[in-house]
Amino acid sequence: MPISAADLEAAIRAAMPVTYLEIEDTSNGCGENYSVFVVSQAFEGKNTLARHRFINEVLKKEIAQMHAFSQKTLTPTQYQTYLAQQAAS
Amino acid sequence: MFSSALRTSFTALRAPTRVSAVALTSPSLAFARRYITQEARNKLQQAVSSTPVVLFMKGTPEAPQCGFSRAAVQVLDIHGVPPEKMKTFDVLEDSELRQNIKEFSDWPTIPQLYVNGEFVGGCDILINMHQSGELDELLVKAGVVSPEEASENTSQTQSQN
Repeated sequence: MPISAADLEAAIRAAMPVTYLEIEDTSNGCGENYSVFVVSQAFEGKNTLARHRFINEVLKKEIAQMHAFSQKTLTPTQYQTYLAQQAAS
Repeated sequence: MFSSALRTSFTALRAPTRVSAVALTSPSLAFARRYITQEARNKLQQAVSSTPVVLFMKGTPEAPQCGFSRAAVQVLDIHGVPPEKMKTFDVLEDSELRQNIKEFSDWPTIPQLYVNGEFVGGCDILINMHQSGELDELLVKAGVVSPEEASENTSQTQSQN
């Protein structure tokens, strides 16, 4: 059964406080490739590897059924910086 | 070469040698996990320690079979990792390696990069570290590239932007 963006969203929201969440289906609809962008205070004080491991663990079942999975993880503070940069460019 | 060495026997040890790096509590941690044999784990530990830089990928650096693996190879190339300090394993050639490496690192996707025997991350992390300058730092610290080379590569990258 293909994984839906709603499944991923539910799993992420159940596991951590979410400031901002963006889930992109990069598979052209077959449900095999997803890219997620998560902003959460749960990432505070953790390096990228630990953040990604956390997301991998939360989405373990889902990732096992997909072909490709890509993620971007920011803390709320980093997200503000990111937004400022986006606005500037 | 690798496949025969990695043939797993059925003496699967249930005790992982390493506790999951994530200290966060997650309900899915309670799920039964398939553990690779101690023998397979030792072989992989040797493989990742055999060369300063080890990349598990789909395909070869000359002919990557996946966009993520291609990106990983390109990032390492930009940073001037010398061929003699780098080794790549094609997981498409060996389905057992493909499965075992994921369990070894507790990481669900390919490519996977190791520097001096330590897991660094997959494609997203590699690109992140490339952009932030952490990759240069890591490669210099690991003695893979010299500080001069690193600054040279960085300035080249910037001028290409």
